[in-house]
Amino acid sequence: MRVMAQMAMVMNLDKCIGCHTCSVTCKQTWTNRAGMEYVWFNNVETRPGQGYPRTYEDQERWKGGWTRESNGRLALRSGSRLKNLATIFANPALPGIDDYYEPWTYDYRTLTDAPLQEHTPVARPKSLISGRDMAIRWSANWDDNLAGGPELAKDDPVLRKVSDKVELEFEQSFMFYLPRICEHCLNPSCAAACPAGAIYKRSEDGIVLVDQDGCRGWRKCVTACPYKKIYFNHRTGKAEKCTFCYPRVELGMPTVCAETCVGRLRYLGLVLYDVDAVLPAASVEDEHELLDAQRRLVLDPDDPEVVRAAEKEGIPRDWIEAAQRSPIYSLINEYRVALPLHPEYRTMPMVWYIPPLSPIVDAVSETGEDAENRDNLFAAIESLRIPIGYLAGLFTAGDTGPVTDSLRRLAAMRSYMRDINLGRGTDEEIPRAVGMDGESVYEMYRLLALAKYEDRYVVPPAHAEQAHSLEASATGCSLDAEGGPGMGGPSTGGPATGGKVSLPMPRIRRPQEAE
Amino acid sequence: MSTTLETVLWVIAPYACMAVFLVGHYWRYRYDKFGWTTLSTQIYESRLLRWGSPLFHFGMLAVIGGHVIGLLIPKGWTAAAGITDEGYHVMAVGLGLVAGTAVAVGLTLLIMRRRLVGPVFRATSRMDKLMYVGLALVILTGMANTVVGNVIGHYDYREGVSIWFRGLFFLDPHPELMGAAPITFQAHVLASLALFALWPFTRLVHVFSVPIGHLWRPYVPYRSRDTRMGERRGRRGWENAEDGSRTP
Repeated sequence: MRVMAQMAMVMNLDKCIGCHTCSVTCKQTWTNRAGMEYVWFNNVETRPGQGYPRTYEDQERWKGGWTRESNGRLALRSGSRLKNLATIFANPALPGIDDYYEPWTYDYRTLTDAPLQEHTPVARPKSLISGRDMAIRWSANWDDNLAGGPELAKDDPVLRKVSDKVELEFEQSFMFYLPRICEHCLNPSCAAACPAGAIYKRSEDGIVLVDQDGCRGWRKCVTACPYKKIYFNHRTGKAEKCTFCYPRVELGMPTVCAETCVGRLRYLGLVLYDVDAVLPAASVEDEHELLDAQRRLVLDPDDPEVVRAAEKEGIPRDWIEAAQRSPIYSLINEYRVALPLHPEYRTMPMVWYIPPLSPIVDAVSETGEDAENRDNLFAAIESLRIPIGYLAGLFTAGDTGPVTDSLRRLAAMRSYMRDINLGRGTDEEIPRAVGMDGESVYEMYRLLALAKYEDRYVVPPAHAEQAHSLEASATGCSLDAEGGPGMGGPSTGGPATGGKVSLPMPRIRRPQEAE
Repeated sequence: MSTTLETVLWVIAPYACMAVFLVGHYWRYRYDKFGWTTLSTQIYESRLLRWGSPLFHFGMLAVIGGHVIGLLIPKGWTAAAGITDEGYHVMAVGLGLVAGTAVAVGLTLLIMRRRLVGPVFRATSRMDKLMYVGLALVILTGMANTVVGNVIGHYDYREGVSIWFRGLFFLDPHPELMGAAPITFQAHVLASLALFALWPFTRLVHVFSVPIGHLWRPYVPYRSRDTRMGERRGRRGWENAEDGSRTP
């Protein structure tokens, strides 16, 4: 067992109101630049819907992720290493700008500079790709809130799999939001496909990054990522992706998308995993076994054996403690409500989702029945075939069992807590029906419903002994290099003359009291 | 004896271009790793690229292979291997024409695409245009050589240009050999020298990033934050200019 630490995220989809604050703040922070206009490290998709870029989940077409070969080994769906190099001059499965959308700005200047005229001047959309006037036909959220209706939604690859002939009756349709960032996979296919070897996993926290000096613009990662979360900056010719806000995370702050989330639905924390077990877990034959294999990868941080193994690998004590306090392990393996997005891609994604109960609650309340009654909810979970099948298509490779289990637990929490809130006696039969006890239901309720800031985000700052080498706080002396005049011991009496002047870095603390 | 002009064209110019080529690449790699990219425009347009780019690149690989054989391997060696002059020329002309045609068709498609597809043209820098002129000249004169040297006239470059070329690397230049070569060969060499001098300052640098290592490296690379973070030793040139301090 070789234990490594990984920053992971869980999103509680029931709470997502589709406000796109995460997308906007992320864009303002990271992709507000030339060549990146079409890039959304974080985007929020309405489901059912085509997603961004359009129909990215159709891997027959886009060739993302891994497949398991008959000999039990994993291969990139986009092809062998040799094929990867042979198709380097023209990528056969690269989304074009139209599969994303043509970004535009408006000709605002005419509003103020237009000469006196009969009609009010208008700001016309100008393409940021061709520079010409353009008609806006698509965007990152064209089908937001099911806009476009059944015509657009029918091309949703997940929906098409659920049923060959889905009649998406609008009055019966269900809908929820799916915020997406890079999955920071344990078995990243983007990194595997990069001809230059410029994409790597940070061994400290598992964040997947693109070395901007090493990237040569071969575009293979864009195809290989099944989530299409690597974008090609068409101005710099380099691949760029979500960085899990590592400059913030290193200081113990949550990512921008999590920090600004209005619904407070994101959970951040460290998990410990066994790196030697990743490949076997990603290679299990039955797609329905992948979820459990992935769950088993996430080790119990309270297990003394795991702690010993982590210490042996040099994971600092406070990081192990952070993993123990982290909400991620309990959501995945204790309450077992969090599920990975598309485990069948075999990349072992590390952004997990708690499936939304609200479409089921809505369906029950529309019938006029009590939507907080356990029996009604359980019955609805069993009978609403298409929503459950759809969620299974997203989170469990089509296996409805784990989705049903997760939703039943959320439903049980809802009914159990209603009794408490109404001052009635608790019905211990409710947690028992879903294999929990009252106490853990209450703990889950605190984590999911109250969702205190310090419970949601357990981000240990990068370790103190390493702090001098962090990008955000350069406190080292450049003369301390091998053979340099300042070699050896720490300098005394102020910075050495002639070297780098180090500015004191204010310590940024995670707000403890903030709610 | 060679004339002054011959010395300038076939001794001084090649060494000067070689120096620019080598120092230029070192400079570019040292100071502009971020700019070291293919600068692909496939995201704008795929249909023409799907034909043009592989034709050009695979054709180019064959052409480079042909040049390695033609320029670096002395005639005596192939003769010793039992290849007759006729055999060699049939092979060279045949493969040369196929590869050359692929390159020419590919380059035509790519240049058309650059000019006609709006977003691609918009993403074309002045350096790109200069590079395309250089590439086109080199390729046109190169194809002319195949025709002139082998089909119309009979110039055996392996007893002229090749010896001159190898001589440059042994510091034993024979400019008179180039002076005696047909004008298309002279033009091809001069165009190539110009292209080599231009090379480090264009996107052509991506040629030296052929990712052969991809075939053997482990699928998922891990890098430690520690070693990476301290890696940037000095400051960039312009950063030092601001406060006048020296590079450590």
